[in-house]
Amino acid sequence: MFESLSLLSLQQYWWLIVSLLGALFVFLMFVQGGETLFLAIAKNEEEKSLLVNTLGRKWEFTFTTLVTFGGAFFASFPLFYATSFGGAYWVWFAILISFVIQAVSFEFRKKPANFLGAKTYEIFLFINGLLGPLLVGTAVGTFFNGAMFSLDDMKHVTWGTEFRGLEAVLTFHNLALGLAVVFLSRVLGLLYFMNSIDNEVIYERSKRQLLYNTIPFLVFFLYFVIALLFKDGFAYNPTSGEISIESYKYLHNLLAIPVNTLMLLIGVVGVLWGIGTTILKGGTKGIWFAGGGTVLTVWALLILAAFNNTSFYPSIFEMQSSLTIENASSSKFTLVAMSYVSLFVPFVLGYIWYAWKSMNNEKISTKELEQEHHVY
Amino acid sequence: MLEGISTSLVDWSRAQFALTAMYHWIFVPLTLGLGIIIAIMETLYVKTGNPEWKRITKFWMTLFGINFAIGVATGIILEFEFGTNWSNYSWFVGDIFGAPLAIEGILAFFMESTFIAIMFFGWNKVSKGFHLTATWLTAIGANLSALWILVANGWMQKPVGMVFNPETARMEMTSFWEVLFSPMAVHKFLHTTSSSFVLAAIFVIGVSSWYILKGRDIVFARKSIVVSSIFGFLAIIYTVFTGDSSARDIAHHQPMKFAAFEGLYNGSEGAGLVALGLFSENSTDPNNQNLKDFAVKIEIPNILSYMAFLNWNAFVPGINDLINGNEKYGVLSADEKIARGKLAIEKLKAFKEAKKAGNVVAADSLKTQIMSPEFQNNNFKYFGYGYIADKNTLVPSVAFSFYSFHIMVVLGMYFIFFFLFALYYTLKGKIHKKRKFLKIAIWTIPLAYIASQAGWVLAEVGRQPWIIQDLMPTIAAVTKISVGAVQVTFWLFAIIFTTLLIAEIKIMMRQIKIGSKTEGGTN
Repeated sequence: MFESLSLLSLQQYWWLIVSLLGALFVFLMFVQGGETLFLAIAKNEEEKSLLVNTLGRKWEFTFTTLVTFGGAFFASFPLFYATSFGGAYWVWFAILISFVIQAVSFEFRKKPANFLGAKTYEIFLFINGLLGPLLVGTAVGTFFNGAMFSLDDMKHVTWGTEFRGLEAVLTFHNLALGLAVVFLSRVLGLLYFMNSIDNEVIYERSKRQLLYNTIPFLVFFLYFVIALLFKDGFAYNPTSGEISIESYKYLHNLLAIPVNTLMLLIGVVGVLWGIGTTILKGGTKGIWFAGGGTVLTVWALLILAAFNNTSFYPSIFEMQSSLTIENASSSKFTLVAMSYVSLFVPFVLGYIWYAWKSMNNEKISTKELEQEHHVY
Repeated sequence: MLEGISTSLVDWSRAQFALTAMYHWIFVPLTLGLGIIIAIMETLYVKTGNPEWKRITKFWMTLFGINFAIGVATGIILEFEFGTNWSNYSWFVGDIFGAPLAIEGILAFFMESTFIAIMFFGWNKVSKGFHLTATWLTAIGANLSALWILVANGWMQKPVGMVFNPETARMEMTSFWEVLFSPMAVHKFLHTTSSSFVLAAIFVIGVSSWYILKGRDIVFARKSIVVSSIFGFLAIIYTVFTGDSSARDIAHHQPMKFAAFEGLYNGSEGAGLVALGLFSENSTDPNNQNLKDFAVKIEIPNILSYMAFLNWNAFVPGINDLINGNEKYGVLSADEKIARGKLAIEKLKAFKEAKKAGNVVAADSLKTQIMSPEFQNNNFKYFGYGYIADKNTLVPSVAFSFYSFHIMVVLGMYFIFFFLFALYYTLKGKIHKKRKFLKIAIWTIPLAYIASQAGWVLAEVGRQPWIIQDLMPTIAAVTKISVGAVQVTFWLFAIIFTTLLIAEIKIMMRQIKIGSKTEGGTN
């Protein structure tokens, strides 16, 4: 059935899948946000243990989503994988190392004879919680603002600076997205604590923190979106493959794909609704609105970056090297084969949902932890 | 095309990949095997209702969790390293190589990470049956992850199911099933997983032996040994068979690797197998220090020919045959392959230039030439040779390949006897009295790790200089970046992974000392 689709449709289909994985990843970074909140929320060991265990049961989803995102990107748009990872060397390694030190920290933190001591593992978690969202957000910013690469005939990448991607932080628009993601992940972390921990004190403190984190999130996010609407973008000519600068490109994209614009609006409203009702009325359901909203918002932004003849990874070093979903994708054969595999995705999401529900039926409390065999 | 790529950049990039892969491989085999052993133990618990089995399951699960976390930590680097350090490779074969990696994520990693949460935290939350299913799915998910990455690796050793597209300057997939069911990939998967089961079984027997020697947790330890000695015995038999098939694959598709790990310099009919050997300081060729002569060797006649081609008198080409050519047996010389590869590269360049100049007629004609079956078979097949400047670099380190192969095989033979004894003593019900065997069992643990690592050293060092056999040498695959940057990340990983390894070993040792009593209790 996928064979009958055009190459462009397959490329778009795969961009939708990869972006969805990216969007789910941003939502699941509530784990990272939570990792930066131990000091603010927990005033004693017992409370800290509640927070750590709440996140510890979910961190692998985030991690796996990141890995799958990488794999899916590699398979569907290998030229991006080769260009960005090989080019922006330091950014990606900084991100990866922050995830390496996270992966052991939950498991090792409280184990006797853990060599580095509990404090060190908590610092590891904090570093991951801060650097992960910051750098991922900044890196995604380069989808709109461009990066410093060029490609030769054989598609070998050359990078324009020795900073190898770290220079992206110097563009404030990128950094604003990074900071927005940092505060968003903290907001989501707080909402998740409020949802799944059965503890009055933690609930109240999280609620207070929610407001403090929402304000900077909104400032950076709104700045990012508004600036995006007014900025030039990298358009490409589908017949000649040439890349050129187009004023108000992203605004044009919003108008050209109304469904996506609607999704973006619903997403943003969802996030605000989740946060707003929790601040005003309390309750524990905020995470579902804000989480769902996050997925829709990020998904829509990534579609905005690539559809409607837009370069999703522009080069500001040599513009004609810019990547589009057409010139960076796998062959039609591979996209078709992979599309059949993608039919498993709903099934995978189904069992994740089922497993998650059966595990989250009971809220986490000190009593629950005492009965538990495996405690972090 | 390769201007500015220094051998030192290639060496450091390879060193970094080797470092991260070898660290990752310390933890993975235990995860693969122990997952299944735990699932068997829990099955026994559900079947018999005996809480002792639950306690046993939970204890090994604790060790599984510690090991799993660090396996995950070291694994993420590997996936992205294809992009960061081997970006030219990632583009050249991404169309084929990316797919298994994506499928691994979608089908295997999610299975693993979803059900591992239930396995660890679901004891009081889900039914016994659901929990058991989750434990099995975790183990299966882990082994499925291995499947896809090994399919990818098998493809690098013997590329199949693809065609070169001059327009995009890369290999493109033409048959997914050929890639998936390539014998090289299948045998590699079976050999890697079964040998991992062996390692895990040895780990469980070794740790249990320590308890018996200490005179504690005897029942627990004996039950654990029963499960793992049966499991390990079956696994080692299977490992031998799959190893044999893998060797045959290598003989057919990577004759240089085969010759190197056997130390076979001059090919012959009815070639003998060097069962054991030591190299001397002298080399067989004064101009090439790589080709060391044997100081001593024990050789069994005709076995190598049989192992490679199932024919006692078949011709097995040696390193010199593969370099200088051997007309009688139709072996092309390295010079000839290099010339053919160069022609392929030149044609491709000419095509690119014609394309750039807008000369459609010339471009089309060149494309037809490149794509013709004749050119594909006579020239394109040797594409990678076109990058080779010195034909001696076509020979991998002989000593490295030879020793890693022989260490793996000798230890494998030893494991057969080890499991035979373990099984015999267990069935006789007297293993707890065999103190000597129990001591040996503890010391067998590091040997299992050495054998497992040696297998990968053989697989990866033995195929040098190729990243993709005959099509792409490592020098053409590496990311163009400063050597200093790679050195920094190399040492960074060396420090981080070593620190985490120390932490892991300390935590493991302590958990083993604590034993099964406190962890999990009797609930």
